[in-house]
Amino acid sequence: MRPLPLLTAENREFWTGGAHGKLKICFCNSCERAIHPPQLVCPTCLSLDVGSRAVTGTGTVYSFTVNYQPWYPEMAVPFALAVVDVDGAPGVRVTAQVTDTDPEAVRIGDKVQVGFRQIDDIWLPQWKPVVQGSAT
Amino acid sequence: MTLAKATITGAGISRLGRKTGRPAMLHLVEAATEALACAGLTREDIDGITTYPGRTSGSPGMSPLGTGEVRNALGLRTRWHCSTPEGPSQMAPIISAAMAVMCGQARHVLCFRALTESSSQTPERRASIPGAGESRVDGWTSWLVPAHAMSGANWAGWIATRYFHEFGMTRDHLAMVALGQRQFALANPSAVMRKPLSLQEYRDARMISSPLGLFDCDLPIDGACAFIVSAADAAKDCARPPLRIEAMGAGLRSQETWDQRADLTTMGAHDSSADLWQRTDLRPEDVDVLALYDGFSIFVPLWLEALGFCGHGEAKDFIAEGNIGPSGRYPVNTGGGQLSGGRLHGFGLLHEACLQLWGDAAGRQVPEARTAVCGMGGGFIAGAMLLQRN
Repeated sequence: MRPLPLLTAENREFWTGGAHGKLKICFCNSCERAIHPPQLVCPTCLSLDVGSRAVTGTGTVYSFTVNYQPWYPEMAVPFALAVVDVDGAPGVRVTAQVTDTDPEAVRIGDKVQVGFRQIDDIWLPQWKPVVQGSAT
Repeated sequence: MTLAKATITGAGISRLGRKTGRPAMLHLVEAATEALACAGLTREDIDGITTYPGRTSGSPGMSPLGTGEVRNALGLRTRWHCSTPEGPSQMAPIISAAMAVMCGQARHVLCFRALTESSSQTPERRASIPGAGESRVDGWTSWLVPAHAMSGANWAGWIATRYFHEFGMTRDHLAMVALGQRQFALANPSAVMRKPLSLQEYRDARMISSPLGLFDCDLPIDGACAFIVSAADAAKDCARPPLRIEAMGAGLRSQETWDQRADLTTMGAHDSSADLWQRTDLRPEDVDVLALYDGFSIFVPLWLEALGFCGHGEAKDFIAEGNIGPSGRYPVNTGGGQLSGGRLHGFGLLHEACLQLWGDAAGRQVPEARTAVCGMGGGFIAGAMLLQRN
């Protein structure tokens, strides 16, 4: 079974943004730093004026791995995991499964866009290849 | 005031195995008894105790014994005890024990690690899968496990993918790590894997998380390992030449995550290593034997670079030139490491380094080994140590 994140004051916006189709990243409203994992205080300027903003939901694959080993009995393999530099959020990476493609076709530098898979009260981000002309 | 440096005066290891079915405490007693005998000490001499990470049921068999159980079982009366789940890597108990004896809080500290990951894991709750079998996770694993990045093999896998991409390393370079360590293991009676490993077998083995295959991953085992860390003045009366802890490094300059470090071809190892060399006049060329964390083979080249044995991106050539294997100038994990010896979370690597410095590594002894470096951990988890026999 797939463990889900415990929702906290810090991470709730991130894990539920998918309910509205949005990838939400925490930013500092004072110094504009993007903060991930999200925090209640800005690690750069210590401002408490932080909050989540929707980003475009696109990004670039910084690295990846294809997982072949089932880590629990019903885990479907293989699948790709991508570590993605998120557009509009400098320094922030979101690591997620890659869908809608052959896992072995994923490459560093690929442009991807976010989708979501809902399980209970969590909307897990998932990356899929940008289809030409569809990115906004 | 300069504090006299701490020493390691004893080391012990239990019979290691897979699916031994032996209770953790029996492994621990074997290792602790051997460490005491090695140091020429008795139970009454031990006045401190440490472990990593302390008793936890979070991951099956990962740490079934805390300082409490071991104090009780061995009838210890201590002046100082501590377990360190959030310290600088699996090395944290050795580092904190060293600080304790330097500050006079204890004279002889028993540092231990006991695991029954092989016997305790099940298909539903596999060893070293954080949150396996749980419905919710929090902390740093919550940014990995829900995404199905459940294993360290995944996290090390994307480090390796990026490193391969930037520096042209291939799986055959990692094979040199795995094969070299297996060759060492053949001469180590306590190693779990003692059958020769060929390049073809390495290449043919099933992929776990690309580019890491089966033989790039260490093995869950049952066993225990123990050290005695002693104050410098107390060490003089011990049976073996004390191994001086010349320097310790615990720096960490990035977040506690496996994916946000700006350059994922470096790790916390680079921060801890930088700290280490700032605290000693010794240099990498003074080192005779290396104990580098090999939970996954890719960590070895990154530790080599972190510690400055070669430059960033140069590890593949450094390895290909034969530096780290048997008869190399900088032999790494001479007991077979965790890849072939079994996963004792760094303790087994340090144990082997101690044997080398005492001249007790029969069949694989590095001639006149006097100085060892040990680096433990992967990703953001890191601690480094220099040991020297006087």
